[in-house]
Amino acid sequence: MERMQQIVARARAAFNSGRSRPLEFRIQQLKALERMVQEREKEILAALKADLNKSGPNAYSHEVLGVLRELVLAMEKLPSWAAPQPVKKDLLSLRDDAYIHYEPLGVVLVIGAWNYPFVLVMQPLIGAIAAGNAVVVKPSEVSENTAKLVAELLPQYLDKDLYAVVTGGVPETTELLTQRFDHILYTGSSAVGRIVMAAAAKHLTPVTLELGGKSPCYIDKDCDLAVACRRITWGKYMNCGQTCIAPDYILCDPSIQGKVVENIKATLKEFYGEDVKSSPDYGRIINKHHFKRILALLEGQKIAHGGETDEASCFIAPTILTDVSPESKVMEEEIFGPVLPIVTVKSVAEAIEFINLREKPLALYVFSNNKQLIRRVISETSSGGMTANDVIMHSVVPDLPFGGVGHSGMGAYHGKYSFETFSHRRACLVKDLKLEFVNKLRYPPGSMEMVHL
Amino acid sequence: NPYAGLVSHLRASWLSGKTRPMEYRVAQLEALGRFLDDKKQEILEATELDMGKPSFEAFFSEILLCKNELNVTLNNLSHWMKDEHVDKNLVMQLDSAFIRKDPYGVVLIIVPWNYPVRLFLVPLIGAIADGNCAIIKPSEISKNTERLVAETLSCYLDNDCFAVVTGGVPETTRLLENKFDYIFFTGTSRSPPVGRIVMTAAAKHLTPVTLELGGKNPCYVSDTCDVTNVARRVAWGRFFNAGQTCIAPDYLLCTVEMQDKLMPALREAITEFFGPNPRESPDFGRIVSDKQFQRIRALLCSGRVAIGGQTDEAERYIAPTVLADVLPSDPAMQEEIFGPVLPIVVIANMDEAIDFINARPRPLALYAFSCDSKVVNQVLERTSSGGFCGNDTLMHVTLTSLPFGGIGNSGLGKYHGKFTFDTFSHHRGCLHRNMGLETLNTPRYPPYTQQKLGLLTSTFEVKRRGTCTLL
Repeated sequence: MERMQQIVARARAAFNSGRSRPLEFRIQQLKALERMVQEREKEILAALKADLNKSGPNAYSHEVLGVLRELVLAMEKLPSWAAPQPVKKDLLSLRDDAYIHYEPLGVVLVIGAWNYPFVLVMQPLIGAIAAGNAVVVKPSEVSENTAKLVAELLPQYLDKDLYAVVTGGVPETTELLTQRFDHILYTGSSAVGRIVMAAAAKHLTPVTLELGGKSPCYIDKDCDLAVACRRITWGKYMNCGQTCIAPDYILCDPSIQGKVVENIKATLKEFYGEDVKSSPDYGRIINKHHFKRILALLEGQKIAHGGETDEASCFIAPTILTDVSPESKVMEEEIFGPVLPIVTVKSVAEAIEFINLREKPLALYVFSNNKQLIRRVISETSSGGMTANDVIMHSVVPDLPFGGVGHSGMGAYHGKYSFETFSHRRACLVKDLKLEFVNKLRYPPGSMEMVHL
Repeated sequence: NPYAGLVSHLRASWLSGKTRPMEYRVAQLEALGRFLDDKKQEILEATELDMGKPSFEAFFSEILLCKNELNVTLNNLSHWMKDEHVDKNLVMQLDSAFIRKDPYGVVLIIVPWNYPVRLFLVPLIGAIADGNCAIIKPSEISKNTERLVAETLSCYLDNDCFAVVTGGVPETTRLLENKFDYIFFTGTSRSPPVGRIVMTAAAKHLTPVTLELGGKNPCYVSDTCDVTNVARRVAWGRFFNAGQTCIAPDYLLCTVEMQDKLMPALREAITEFFGPNPRESPDFGRIVSDKQFQRIRALLCSGRVAIGGQTDEAERYIAPTVLADVLPSDPAMQEEIFGPVLPIVVIANMDEAIDFINARPRPLALYAFSCDSKVVNQVLERTSSGGFCGNDTLMHVTLTSLPFGGIGNSGLGKYHGKFTFDTFSHHRGCLHRNMGLETLNTPRYPPYTQQKLGLLTSTFEVKRRGTCTLL
C-alpha cells in the first residue's frame, strides 16, 4: 500500500523542514487541539455514545476532561520541559558547559485502543506534539465512530502534513508497521504488543507498550468494607469493565466474601438503580466477539449476582462470581468485562504469593486500614502502578508515570512523562578550545604516576 | 534449553527477596569495588593480551572510570532508592502519591570486547543497585578478559544471584531464548545487525531493552579554530584503544584549507603521543582479531594515505593513519571504522557539513570544533546524535551526570550515573489513599449528572496561569 509509505514520507519531510521545532509552533498546535475539543465536544460525545454507549457526563469526565487537562498542562509547562537541563560537573569540566538538550525524535506512531478511544489517541498525541515530533495516529477500527471522527477533525485543526490520521484494521496496521518510525506508542493487548515490538526491532525503533493483564485487588479483613466495595464497584463496572486498570479479580479471606458481595450489590443498586439495563450510565460490550468471549468465562462458575445477558444489545449485567478456582478460565485471561471473580485466600502472604506466581499486572489494588500491610504488599509485589484504598486513581495523578511492567507493558507516559517519552535527551558537553594544559594529563605518553594525580 | 536451569535459579533467588535490602546491594557493590582493586593487575594484563591495550588506557577506562561510577552509586544509593513523592491536587491532599523504584528481576548484560570490563561493570552496578539478579555474557573475542571475569567474579559476588555465561554466537542465541526481565546489550551496529536480533528476541517475552550500538561519529572542524589543540584532541580520541571505541571520532569534515593546516598538526600530535615509530610505543594498542585487522586494512584504499598506513599482520598492528581527500563513496565511508584510521572528507562550508551528517544515520556521538561558539551551537541545533561534544572528543561520557546512549541506528536507552539506576528499575506510580472522606468521591459515582460533572471539573481541572477572570 503506497498510501502508508506516502503518508509517513510526507510526515518525515514535514518534520525535516524543522517547522515543528519552535516552541511557539508546538503551543499553537496544542491550542488548536484545545479549540477542537471545545468546539466539537458534541460530536466527540456522540461518537463515544455510538461506540460504547457512554452517557454524556460519563464520557466527558473519562475522556474529554482528561484531554483538556493534559493540554493545559503541556502548554503551561512546555517551556520548562523543553529547556536545556544543566548537569552537575566534575573538577575537569568546571569551565565547560554540560547539559541535557531535549530534542524531538522525528516521526512518532500512536496506535490507539477502542475502550477509551478518544483519550488514548489524544493524550499520546499531545505529548508527541509537545516534544516537537511529527505524528501518525492510528485509532482503533473497533471503535469506528471515534476513529472516523478523529480522522475528520484532526486535519481541520492541525498541520495536515505533520500530523496524519490513518484508519483501517489489521492489514492497514501491519502495513503501517513496516514503515520506519522514531518511536511507537501502542495501547492494546500483550499479544499484539509482541508483534509491534518485533516490527519495531527491524528499525531499532524504541517503543512504549501500554498493555494489560489481570489487575488484582486484595481486600484485607481490617478495612471499611462499605467504602472499599463502593470504590471497587465504581472502578470495576465503569465502561462496562472495559478498562485496562479495572480491578480484574478480588482476593480476600473466605470469612468476608459474603459481605463483599452484599456491599457490591448494594452499591450497584445505588449506582445503576433496580434495572441496570435501563440505566443511562451503564455501558455495553463493544462488540459481539467480546460479548461471546466474556460469556464463555461464566461457564461453570458460581454466580453470586448478575449473569443476565442480551446478545442483541451486547448487554452483560454487573456480575460477581464467588469461590472461583485459580485454574478456571476466568482466571486465565484479562476479563475486560463486567465480571468480578472472587478468589479466597487465607492471608496476605497467600495473596502476595498468588499475585507473584502470575504475570506482573498493569495495576494492583489493596484495601486495608493497616499501613504496614499496605507497605508490605507494595514492597513484595510489582505492577505497572498501584492504588491503595481505591482503584484507578493513580492514573489521574498528573505527576505519576503511567505504564506497565513485564507483560503489562514497557515505558510510561502522562504529563511530563509523555514529553520525555517522545524526546531524545542528548548529552552535551561544550569545552573551551584553549586551556590545553588540563588535557595534557590524559595524553600519551602515559605514565602511572600521572594517572594518580 | 541449556540455560533454563540457571535462569530459573536466579529467578528463584530474586523472588526470595534477598537482593532487595539496601545492605545487600551495598555489600555486592563494595565487593565489585574489591574486585577492581584486587584484580587490577590481571585486568591490565588480560586487556593487553586481548588487544594490546596500553596500561595507561586500561587503568583509565577499565578501573578509574568504573570506580567513579561505583562511588557515585554508593554515595547516592539510599537517596535514589527512596520513594519520590509528587505533587497532588486538592482532593488528594490527605493521600500519599509517590514513585517506587522496583527491581525488574533477572537481567541479562551482553558485553562487547573493546572495553570488556567497563562495559559489563557499569551496567552491572546499576542492575545490583536496583536489586536485580544478573547474568553477564562477556565477549568471547576478548578471550583473556572473558576467562578472567568467568573465573574470578564468582569469588566476589553472590553466586545465587549473579552468574557469568561464556561462549559465542550459538550460546548467546540459546541464552536469548529465555525470558529475562531486562536485556542490556552493547555491541556493534555493523553487520550482522545484532542489536535487531536482540530486540526481536526480547519482543517474544515483552522484555524491555537498552541497546548501545554505534555508527560513524562525524567530527566537524571549522576554519576558525586552534589547529594544534584540535589535532591533539581529535588524535587522542581517534587512536585511543587503537580506534576501537564506539564514540571515537570516525571521520573528519573540514574545508580543503583546514585539511592542509590540520595534517602537519596531526602528524605532530601523533609523534608527541607515540613517538616516531608508534609500533614501539607502549601507549598504542593493537587490533583485537585477525578478522577485524583484515577488515580495517581493506579500508585503507580510500582517498590517499597522508599519515601512517603501515600494517603488520602478525602483530595486528595498524599505524595511526590519516587519509586525506576521502570520497563519500570510498570504503572507509561505508561502515564504522573501529580502527586507528581517520578519513578526512572535504566539504565547502558548515552548511554542507551539516547536510552531509543529516543525510546519514544518526550517530552515537557528534563532534564539532570551533573557536566560534555560534558555530558549535549551529551544528548542535541542526543535527541529531546520541551525545554531543564541542571542542573535544570522548569526554562527554566521563561525566556521570550526563546520559549516555544512542538514537536511531546508534541505539536506544541510556545509562551512566543515575541513568543506569533508572534503567534497571521500574518506576511504579503509587497512590495511597485515605479510606475516609468518602463524600469527596461522590461526584465521580453514577448516577452521572451535569452537576456532579461540574464539581469534578472544578476539582480536577488544571487552569492556565493568567486566566483569572478579574476584568
